[in-house]
Amino acid sequence: MKFVQNIFDQTRPLVEKDGKRNILYPLHNALETMAFVPDHTAHSGAHVRDAIDLKRTMVTVIFAMVPALLFGMWNIGRLHYGAIGMESTLLENFLFGTLKLLPLIIVTYAAGLGVEIFFSWKRNHPVNEGFLVSGLLIPLIMPVDIPLWMVAASTIFAVLIGKEVFGGTGMNLLNPALTARAFAFFAYPTWMSGDQVWVNTSGGDIVDGYSGATAMGDLATTVGQGMGNPAMESVVAQFGPEGTYSLMNAFLGLIPGSIGETSALLILLGGLFLIFKGVGSWRIMLSFFIGGLVMAGIFNAFAVNEFMALNPIHQLMLGGFMFGMVFMATDPVSAAQTETGKYIYGFLAGFFGIMIRVFNPAYPEGIMLAILFMNVMAPLIDHYVVEANIKRRAKRLANA
Amino acid sequence: MSQSFKIRKGYDIKLVGAAAQTDLDAVSAQTYAVSPLDFPGITPKLAVKAGAQVKAGDTLFFDKDRPEVKICAPVSGEIAEVKRGAKRKILAVIILADSKIKYASHGKLDLDKADRASVAELFSNSGIGALITSRPYGVVASMSEEPRDIFVNAVQSGPLAGNLAYQLDGKDSEITAALKALDKLTSGKVYVSQGGDEKGVPSLNDSSVVNVTFTGKHPKGMVGTQIAQISPINKGDIVWTVNAVDLPVIGRAVLKGEYAPEYKVAVTGSMVKNTGYATMIQGVSLSSFNASNMKAGNARIIAGDVLSGTQIEADGYLSFGKSQITAIPEGNQTEFFGWVLPGFGKFSTNRAFWGWLFPNRKYDLDTNMHGEERAFVVTGEYDKFIPMDIFPQHLLRAVMIGDIEKMEQLGIYEIVPEDFALAEVACTSKLPLQQIVRDGLNDLRKEMM
Repeated sequence: MKFVQNIFDQTRPLVEKDGKRNILYPLHNALETMAFVPDHTAHSGAHVRDAIDLKRTMVTVIFAMVPALLFGMWNIGRLHYGAIGMESTLLENFLFGTLKLLPLIIVTYAAGLGVEIFFSWKRNHPVNEGFLVSGLLIPLIMPVDIPLWMVAASTIFAVLIGKEVFGGTGMNLLNPALTARAFAFFAYPTWMSGDQVWVNTSGGDIVDGYSGATAMGDLATTVGQGMGNPAMESVVAQFGPEGTYSLMNAFLGLIPGSIGETSALLILLGGLFLIFKGVGSWRIMLSFFIGGLVMAGIFNAFAVNEFMALNPIHQLMLGGFMFGMVFMATDPVSAAQTETGKYIYGFLAGFFGIMIRVFNPAYPEGIMLAILFMNVMAPLIDHYVVEANIKRRAKRLANA
Repeated sequence: MSQSFKIRKGYDIKLVGAAAQTDLDAVSAQTYAVSPLDFPGITPKLAVKAGAQVKAGDTLFFDKDRPEVKICAPVSGEIAEVKRGAKRKILAVIILADSKIKYASHGKLDLDKADRASVAELFSNSGIGALITSRPYGVVASMSEEPRDIFVNAVQSGPLAGNLAYQLDGKDSEITAALKALDKLTSGKVYVSQGGDEKGVPSLNDSSVVNVTFTGKHPKGMVGTQIAQISPINKGDIVWTVNAVDLPVIGRAVLKGEYAPEYKVAVTGSMVKNTGYATMIQGVSLSSFNASNMKAGNARIIAGDVLSGTQIEADGYLSFGKSQITAIPEGNQTEFFGWVLPGFGKFSTNRAFWGWLFPNRKYDLDTNMHGEERAFVVTGEYDKFIPMDIFPQHLLRAVMIGDIEKMEQLGIYEIVPEDFALAEVACTSKLPLQQIVRDGLNDLRKEMM
């Protein structure tokens, strides 16, 4: 430890104000405060402080993502070898996934932190921890075969326009990870949807009967076809107990999709961990789930196509719903900030998410758009909640 | 009529070093100091010069804007020095004490006959008026204003707080007189809040006051919490607050016309050799006391508790109105990867560490910040520690952008800095909440004056 401290001490003159490499000061500071919790003591107000800091909060979220991340790695390999008809072991699946996912993660962190460090240097403030989470969220919501430069471009856009122009971590209106996803989705649609991008099929011949589509993609084909259309039977069968997208497969995550979004089970596990640790808002998660369930239930009751007719629970297990619920909607900065507001915000995000997904099959990822929409609406929700408090106070004054 | 409230939002910070119920040697010293910095909202104007002789209860300085707000000498003696800082700002008035204290006489009160004006005059002239805090703003009360109500806080629930019954033992006649005098100062009510779970102080149950019971978690012992439950402050209201531990001082001035700010001070904290209660007069030099009573090592000595007390130097003086001294270790050391490790032994109000598994563990906390300051990120965190109908984060934001109207609307009149102390401890972003609140109150007061 002394040895590590010495490295920081020796390099500090180089990056300090008059040093040659001043631009690296935020990075130096970030790494040093990561390695050593600083020796700062309380100088105003309370003399003792809670052990928690933003680093701890953020690393807790990262821990919560690990199961979905590891599963995603494995699933990449499994789908790959399945598509080209090769037998593979758990280790092989995992290794293949690691080789695919690791570059994505590295590129995302490099691109995002590069922007952050530049802004920290310009604005003369320390690097915020927010990107630790965003940088891991972004790869998990991308298709496996997306080119790395697109990830970098999306990340830079998200950090720049989604966050830094508003003033950095804590000031942003939109969830940066979803901003990256939305940017990629609209800028490079052919790489973000369809049936070519979700499974890596390089290095082998594709087996017969392989489609490469996602559940969302297949369901979208049923829109406008009416109920009970015989042409749709094969699609509907995929969602039956024996089909590729059976409820059990969707719950466990054995389906194609964005890297980290497929396993509802492991995402839920992460969500429970976040709630248990008091880091994620259970209010948002619960109301988000209920909102989605209500919308899916309404669709189910008045179904005019097979997408709408899908069992509500099954509906929620597919696409980015679970991932959005646990890791995206709960971002405290872009979500509603009042406790009452969180219920409303979560409910509407889940509700609209399913609505967009089903009504507009061109946007299979309605969840992303719904959460971004609610990010924008969150200050309005808070405004009315706070306004109620103000009114209550004014009324008390009038009655006094 | 007796009301009772249970405070569910909050947190009891359990520290090692509670005061043992024994009397330590009384502390006296050659010098005593009164610092204007202990009185928020006062622009001090000196009433004495260096070299002058004063009696206990003679005015040392008063508020330039409100001359009736007077701060008096705690002991008799010679003004040794007026300590000044940058721009000749007065830092402290130092008194070289007589060996036997001579008291200025402010006349006794006949409580049965006295009217408000004569009571107010005594409070203003004898120095006991400074023991009353006025809300909004949390400043020393001016006797020319009449408060809506007066709230006497007899709940001491802060970290390592002393036992009030022990501190007030034997002062019954003074307490009774003080409560009756306070009752003369308002046409509203005098509320006395007591903790239902402690051995009470019977004389607090005077017929002239309304008794209210508070149980549950800290901040039940903060008068802001109590006011919020009993009768919240509206715009335009003025209420006064008094700490029960000051009642004997008030009572003595009422009964004898003497200002004798003597307290049984709870000596607490893990850096103290022997905890207990030491009788001392406000402003006493603590240098020899600290030298003999503090453990070796780097200690932070605090007049008051760890939440909202004032840091004092090892050769400092007992700050005004404090009846507790806390000494804890300084935390100026780094910690290797402290934010990743499980942290089983760490204090946190948050379940992100594992300390919550041991709710009854007492901690030996130091002053380390455990992180750097950040912008607001986590939401809903402060609400858990502030049992008021208030949106703390929105209010703080209004203060930070200097929006006076929003501050008013969001209830800044209802709070003083100490009400945000627990939230400040818990804050993930390490923001200086109490300072922000103080700044907001100062801005607001400037606007209103």
